[in-house]
Amino acid sequence: MFTDYFKFSFKNLRHRGLRTWLTLLGIFIGVTVVIALIGLGNGLKLTVEAQFGVSSLEVITIQAGGVQFGPPGSGVSNPLTEDDLGEILGVNNVEYAIRRNIETVKLEYNDHISITNSIDFPEDKDESDLFFDTNDIDTLQGRRLKDSDTNAVMLGYNYYANKVDLGESIEVGDKIEVNNESLKVVGILEKQGSFIWDNIVVIPREKSKEISGFDEEIDLIVVVLKNTELIEKTKEDLESTLRHTRNVDRGEEDFDVSTPEAALETVNQVLTGVQIFIVIIALISVVVGAIGIINTMTTSVMERRKDIGIMKAVGAKNSDIFLQFLIEAGMLGLAGGIAGILLGSALSYFGTVGIASFLGTDVMPDVNIILIFVTLVASFLIGAMSGIIPAIKAAKQNPVEVIRG
Amino acid sequence: MGRGVEVIRLKNVAKHYRLGDNLVRALDGVDFVINEGDFVSIMGPSGSGKSTAMNLVGSLDTPTKGKIYLDKKDISKLSESALAQLRGKKIGFIFQQFNLINNLTAKENIALPMMFQGEGESERLKKADELLSMVDLVDRGDHYPNQLSGGQQQRVAIARALANDPEVILADEPTGNLDTKTGAIVMKFLGKLHKEGKTVVMVTHDPKLAQGYSDIVYWLLDGKVEKITKRRRG
Repeated sequence: MFTDYFKFSFKNLRHRGLRTWLTLLGIFIGVTVVIALIGLGNGLKLTVEAQFGVSSLEVITIQAGGVQFGPPGSGVSNPLTEDDLGEILGVNNVEYAIRRNIETVKLEYNDHISITNSIDFPEDKDESDLFFDTNDIDTLQGRRLKDSDTNAVMLGYNYYANKVDLGESIEVGDKIEVNNESLKVVGILEKQGSFIWDNIVVIPREKSKEISGFDEEIDLIVVVLKNTELIEKTKEDLESTLRHTRNVDRGEEDFDVSTPEAALETVNQVLTGVQIFIVIIALISVVVGAIGIINTMTTSVMERRKDIGIMKAVGAKNSDIFLQFLIEAGMLGLAGGIAGILLGSALSYFGTVGIASFLGTDVMPDVNIILIFVTLVASFLIGAMSGIIPAIKAAKQNPVEVIRG
Repeated sequence: MGRGVEVIRLKNVAKHYRLGDNLVRALDGVDFVINEGDFVSIMGPSGSGKSTAMNLVGSLDTPTKGKIYLDKKDISKLSESALAQLRGKKIGFIFQQFNLINNLTAKENIALPMMFQGEGESERLKKADELLSMVDLVDRGDHYPNQLSGGQQQRVAIARALANDPEVILADEPTGNLDTKTGAIVMKFLGKLHKEGKTVVMVTHDPKLAQGYSDIVYWLLDGKVEKITKRRRG
């Protein structure tokens, strides 16, 4: 009997006009937004996590200013200095503190020009080992830089893979101009799946100072801990030490001490906030859609009063009519849901692929079967719930009044 | 003439409506007896109460007063759903306006009453095919009502009325929307059903039609039975 209702509803829906399908726009848009957003949001989160290139070590990063856009340290009025570095080394539980300067540089190769970020490479042997360890990176080809290197660089994976607009792929042994200084490529770094690291130019520190013209100031300090379990305590100690040396009050810090989790959390909070906001808008759209279904079903009951009368005359019980209209409303919702899932999935797929290829990461969109299933069931239920009142109306139609037309 | 077994009896039945401030006495104490195998006509001018009588005989409506018996069982106090189930099984309707469902094909229209009796789909479609051939519309099964002529639609309606093999066929002005020729074809089918033993109740305002086919004619006027004419056939 139930399959009969579905078949019957399907037949009725096929005869519905454009007006009916337009009333589904609300459900359609709502579902599209939810599906696209959840898919995109997950892709975005994974991408961001990949960008952070979270290392295997628990490290604390310190930079001047607060959380900001652009390379660390850029546009800061009161940068970190070597004095700060010295103080940090004296804080409890600090094993090493590594300074890092990230600069914007101009690359030239084969008459092609590209602007990218460079990072300075420490001369000190221990510190340079840490460079690889803290960043969980190594060379794919060639060798690591060493302290005797002066006119040499290591390049990120994308130069080798010819994903940077420099005409052709660059290999170990090639020469490349960095800020008009000709440097020899001695190593290519492994692929990291992060657009910062895959486009990086690693330059020996003294050479980097010379090329980019920085001196005492430090963009970023990476702190390696003796005991990673004390990361929160050490973070507080670092903050209080820096407040003292930089002579600022609590709450007015001109520096930022953060753990990888904290940094990720900030990003995730922002993303989640955006998601919640858009989901609320999507829900409003679904409510509008539900009202649309109530409207179209009520109209349909009025238009089909005669059919209802006929069905009752040939033996339909009130419950038959009620279920018939309820299922029909549910199927309207379902139709909106299916259309929404198709468009939403497409948006989410191309969106994620787009972001991934723009940022050069490997994040692939995930097809969430459970989400799709839940959305289908929910669309049907929203439709059916919207259909309850019209269906009761339909079931109450008096056959006598209508069938003599 | 029928076999004398009572199928439907209306006993002192009244139906009153309130129309604005006025009480309309559509039926005001009528008694009908319809026996198995009878061809009964309910005759009367418009406003005489024949439509109301038809609704009550067909258990589409319940009386204000009096009792209605179907197979000697009082149905005047049954619930709507119970009545629906009962009329779906025991009564087949044929209407003046044909009243086919436009979204369904001829065959699906014929199969519809069986759906409400819980019959399986393959069984329904098989029986619908048989009924289609009975009304000479085998090649029209997949047509929608708006692709059929009036006469064809009324034959589909006759086939639908027979879907659950009911005891009584209730025809409400069955030729009212048809020209004389197609009306005659429809009447031929009704006559054939009667000959095969079905009880037929026809509501009409056409005395010639009523007297031409019926064993008994109830003449209604102003909500009361004015006279009853019986005919004994050859």
